[in-house]
Amino acid sequence: MNLLSKVAAVGALALIAACTNSDPSNLDGGSGLGPDGQLLQGSPSDPRSPAYFQQTVGDRVLFAVDQSTLTPEAQIILQGQADWLLANPDFVATIEGHADEQGTREYNLALGAQRANSARDFLISRGVAGTRLNTVSYGKERPIEICSTEECYSKNRRAVTVLTGSTLG
Amino acid sequence: MMRLLTVLLMGLTLVSAPVHAQNGPLRLELDEGIIEPLPFAVPRFVPDGPSASQYATDISRVVAADLTGTGLFREISSDAFISQVNSFDAPVQFADWKAINAEALVTGAVNLSGNRLTVRFRVWDVFSGQELGNGLQFAGTTEGWRRMAHKVADQVYSRVTGEGGYFDSRVAFVSESGPKDQRRKRLAIMDYDGANVQYLTDSASIVLAPRFSPSGDRLLYTSYETGQPRIYVLDVARVRRQELNTLDGTMSFSPRFSPDGRSIVYSLTQGGNTDLWKMDIASGQSVRLTNTPAIETAPSYAPDGIQIVFESDRSGTPQLYIMPANGGEATRISFGQGRYGTPVWSPRGDLIAFTKQNKGRFHIGVMRVDGSEERLLTASFLDEGPTWSPNGRVIMFTRETQGASGRSTLYSVDISGRNLKPVRTPDGGSDPSWGPLQN
Repeated sequence: MNLLSKVAAVGALALIAACTNSDPSNLDGGSGLGPDGQLLQGSPSDPRSPAYFQQTVGDRVLFAVDQSTLTPEAQIILQGQADWLLANPDFVATIEGHADEQGTREYNLALGAQRANSARDFLISRGVAGTRLNTVSYGKERPIEICSTEECYSKNRRAVTVLTGSTLG
Repeated sequence: MMRLLTVLLMGLTLVSAPVHAQNGPLRLELDEGIIEPLPFAVPRFVPDGPSASQYATDISRVVAADLTGTGLFREISSDAFISQVNSFDAPVQFADWKAINAEALVTGAVNLSGNRLTVRFRVWDVFSGQELGNGLQFAGTTEGWRRMAHKVADQVYSRVTGEGGYFDSRVAFVSESGPKDQRRKRLAIMDYDGANVQYLTDSASIVLAPRFSPSGDRLLYTSYETGQPRIYVLDVARVRRQELNTLDGTMSFSPRFSPDGRSIVYSLTQGGNTDLWKMDIASGQSVRLTNTPAIETAPSYAPDGIQIVFESDRSGTPQLYIMPANGGEATRISFGQGRYGTPVWSPRGDLIAFTKQNKGRFHIGVMRVDGSEERLLTASFLDEGPTWSPNGRVIMFTRETQGASGRSTLYSVDISGRNLKPVRTPDGGSDPSWGPLQN
């Protein structure tokens, strides 16, 4: 492997390590790291900032076991995401689909893709251009909670809309 | 004295000579359910000089460990020996071995000449006083000493059971370190018993589910190298990998070789929906095999290549189905309680191993190919992903423990459900793929 990807790998690990230790309450103002490792820019009190999107609009929706259909609660959050993306047309996003550990690896990979796609389809149905929305599935590879109880599992069965860029910088 | 057949090990390339076991009265019938392991003795192989001494000790120990590790054999400690074996060609004192209840006896000799090691051995049926099969020798460079020991043990196993062995084989797996939310994964390969671990990738990208080609020369696996799961094929000897030209979609994963090694069957996700496709490796042409809005993944070919067993949740929960290898109507074969996944066709063609989830527990199980005679071999918080030994007698799988400190470990279990044990790896391990017997 080349040096560049090594540096990127170390960076990615540092990012993951930082996110595990971070307390969301420390993220007020300035930039910080979100629970899924995304860079949070700006102040959560600025409605145009990614931090506002992540903390106030809500960047994630949760799913029932083995399901990828959107709950009414999920639809409310995604409606907020759609409104925000429509009001901030310079941002693009990657929707990450995840599963809990109660499933086989490859099935969960497919399930994560279904979940990410459910969220993406909803955003598109509310007018967000599909070209602004990528998806990736992590299956059960990147749990955010690592206890083995339903309380943790429910948080891991998620689709997280991660803002990945803005032409405004 | 019978002539010794010779098998040469040239470095890591072996030239094998066919050996037909001439079965004597000593026979372990595996299908009859082995309750009492067969007692055997492996006196230290006779070194031809001081420089061969350590190899003689090590090789005899690996032979004994291979046999004992099956759960089918029980080693008699050298402390109990009445006879010592100081010469390979001296007559065996059968009465001395009978007296300590050794039913099988393995004698051997090790010659070291420069960097070249030669191992000779004979297998004896103590009670009849007859040799089981012919004496045989393996020769090769010293770094291949473990393989020579495994080959000796394979011969003993197959002469006593009448079935092929599995000791001279390798396992590809994912080496895991770090906690669940920061897990680092590397593709690795090792001997079946956990020795000689070699890492094939670094941990920069998540890697998943390696699968051996039928001849063991290549591995298919899934990596996030590009940011999305994509399928790669790796040349094991050169440790050189290339991305396969699967169709465009958000991701391609869950690849398995066809029995002829020329094509793969894999999962492709397009617009959130995952179906099975088949790709000819040489031409890069993909053909769709399933077309449903459900998840279709974890395919596995029958050894004759005519059918594919796979996992689908088209009925509402993940279940096992069999379809013709070119697609077409699928027949559900799993009807027990719970969810079924990761079906793997046995190399003998008679059984399908699977992962089952029921009432919050995971199991590794086997069923006949029509879904009958389901048997669960294990139960734990999380068991998953069975892979078959080359002779279809043993299954290796992943066991993950629960909670924040949860860790993945490779385990193996006999298809009788006996002899459950961990396979030692330097770090955690998951997603094993058991390769073929080496030549």
